[in-house]
Amino acid sequence: MTLALAVAVGVLYGTGTYLLLQRTLTRVVIGLAMMGHGANLLLLLAGGSPGLPPLIGDATRERGALADPLPQAMALTAIVITFGTVAFLLALAYRSWALTDDDEVEDDVEDRRIARAPVVPDVVIEQEEP
Amino acid sequence: MRALVPLPLVLPLVAAALTLVAHGRLRVQRAISLVALTATTAIAVALLALVERDGPAVVTIGGWARGIGIAYVADLLSALFLTVAMATVLCVLAFAVGQLRAVQESRYFHPLYLVLTAGVAGSFLSGDIFHLFVTFEVMLLASYVLLTQSGDDGQVRPAMTYVVVNLLSSTLFLTAVALLYGATGTLDMAALGDRVADLPPAVREALRLLFFLVFGIKAALFPLFFWLPDSYPTAPTSVTAVFAGLLTKVGVYAILRTQTVVFGVGDGSPDGFILVVAGATMLVGVLGAIAQDDVKRILSFHIVSQVGYMVFGIGLGTRAGLAATILFVVHHIPVKTALFLVGGLVEETTGSGALRRVGGLGRRMPAVAALFAPGALSLAGIPPFSGFFPKLALVQAGLAGGQYAIVAVSIVVSLFTLFSMTKIWAGVFWGDPEEPPPLARAREDGPLRPPRLMTAATVGLVAVTLGIAVSAGPLFDLALRAADPLLQAGAGR
Amino acid sequence: MNSLILTTSTRALFHTILLFSLFLLFAGHNDPGGGFVGGLVAGAALVLRAVAHGAEDVVRTARVRPEALLGGGLLLAAGTGAGALVLGGDFLESGYVEADVPLLGTVKVVSVLLFDIGVYLVVVGLVLALLVSLGRELDT
Repeated sequence: MTLALAVAVGVLYGTGTYLLLQRTLTRVVIGLAMMGHGANLLLLLAGGSPGLPPLIGDATRERGALADPLPQAMALTAIVITFGTVAFLLALAYRSWALTDDDEVEDDVEDRRIARAPVVPDVVIEQEEP
Repeated sequence: MRALVPLPLVLPLVAAALTLVAHGRLRVQRAISLVALTATTAIAVALLALVERDGPAVVTIGGWARGIGIAYVADLLSALFLTVAMATVLCVLAFAVGQLRAVQESRYFHPLYLVLTAGVAGSFLSGDIFHLFVTFEVMLLASYVLLTQSGDDGQVRPAMTYVVVNLLSSTLFLTAVALLYGATGTLDMAALGDRVADLPPAVREALRLLFFLVFGIKAALFPLFFWLPDSYPTAPTSVTAVFAGLLTKVGVYAILRTQTVVFGVGDGSPDGFILVVAGATMLVGVLGAIAQDDVKRILSFHIVSQVGYMVFGIGLGTRAGLAATILFVVHHIPVKTALFLVGGLVEETTGSGALRRVGGLGRRMPAVAALFAPGALSLAGIPPFSGFFPKLALVQAGLAGGQYAIVAVSIVVSLFTLFSMTKIWAGVFWGDPEEPPPLARAREDGPLRPPRLMTAATVGLVAVTLGIAVSAGPLFDLALRAADPLLQAGAGR
Repeated sequence: MNSLILTTSTRALFHTILLFSLFLLFAGHNDPGGGFVGGLVAGAALVLRAVAHGAEDVVRTARVRPEALLGGGLLLAAGTGAGALVLGGDFLESGYVEADVPLLGTVKVVSVLLFDIGVYLVVVGLVLALLVSLGRELDT
């Protein structure tokens, strides 16, 4: 069971990373969401094997055979946060699409401008150099 | 005293709620924000004084025992950072209120700004790594929206980079938290130090690097800084200024805390990996700044370069090094913010921050030029301004630790910083603009006058930096004492 | 969209779902439920109505600005935490009272309920705000 979860975490991170490296914004968003799910699953895994009762109280069980409830609380918090940010990102991607009619991430405009700029320093710099 | 500890987090949140209720009434919102942030600053000062006298204060949420409940810890380090941060936030708020246009553009500015403040304060006070994650997210979510307020093309694309990179780093943060919890069974920073020391070295090192990566993205370290100079300059000045002053510094604070208290970097021996990253960050940041020709973009690249200095002190791993880092952050928050505010004053009066479109403003706005000078000289580390003392402390600590290469890099970077500051000076305050500035009144001759409250806010912040310069000696003693708990954790293993 | 089946069933379901969301809100703390879940269910009711009758209809009949709900909820939640400070406890410390209410038996009221109501209001306010901004034509 834990092995299945661990594999699921790996698959989610893997596909998430692959999608994150794409140029299309929607894929990036989906990739981030998948990685978020992977992280939440990982949090659950940190709480011990699944299927165990979360609280002490059943005396018949051996010691230590409890699931830790704290990771579930953390995962819940993290799910809400991831949900919020991914929703915002989605809105932003939609906005970007509405503005430019394009879902692709462009090259860094500023970088290309500087790369094309002449090597000779511009006038502003020349003024203060003797 | 105990009741004071969570207040810097709670008060801005309550005020944010009130400004939401008062939605649409700008004057009421302004009054609430100003009162709340003034009170928060006063509380931060009181906390600093009390912690300085009585030692650290720990409060757990809900009155649970420490280890079960989430702890808020106000020690010298967090109280010191909190005080500087809150004073800066207050000054920027005054600036934003003075800059009528930008505030009226967005009806959500005040609630978001207050939530951002709460997130910053919470991050400084948090004694639990998962709580740190939550407050980081509170801060970042507010920053995402503040960055994209206008929602036009020029903001959305750079903001996209910012959000994606930060969201990725948050996911990695969560991963690191899960792995750390799985390995140790606790997330309380005080308890983590001992438990992490018992882990196998490989696991410990992997966790340490994961946390360094996460906070390195947030703090804009080389090679993970590319998102910063792209996105920061596109926001309104008040937003950029507060981002520049605070957000990356919260990342530096998190590095400072986790690397020392949890992973034991501050054990007196230098950490080569951190030092190399620090040197590269300093150098690449300043070289990037030299290539730019817009005030805000130049200043944004300098954030990167200055973060390198802060991490340099952490990498030294000595008491003097950590104290120098603390002093550097304390000096950097107000200075960087003040410089951005000056850039904002220039933009407000001329309509542009591009060096080729402004010029000769030293004659027309002597007051603004006078406000720029101390900040710029301070950034370059020229005595007697505030930047000189932490740099001196860093160089001394570096020499004492025998790290001559990185000391040499830091001195060269200082010279480059001075060079690019003179570039701004020459472009903005001397000479004539190559192209006419966008605003009509800036094209005519004669004196220009920025709005009074904006100037007053900048004056206030510059006064804070001068105050830091004057009291550098006592502050350094305070920083040394603030560094002590970080070292004890390292010495315990 | 104008579907007779949808509008008629919405008329029957809307209040039922709202009532169920209140049940979840009050059942919270000791049983599954709570402010967040309750708020989400109430939000689902609002969205259902928005689908059936249009977002403007929901926003108009709600008669309360989403900002006021968001702010009020946040105020209540943060105020509960701060209130414990005023009463001399620790931040977010909770207390409870037990009372014998006729017909209902022993009822235990925890101060966390106030916090939960705050969360409930925030979530409902958020859904309303979404309907307001998504209901408008895109302003490009």
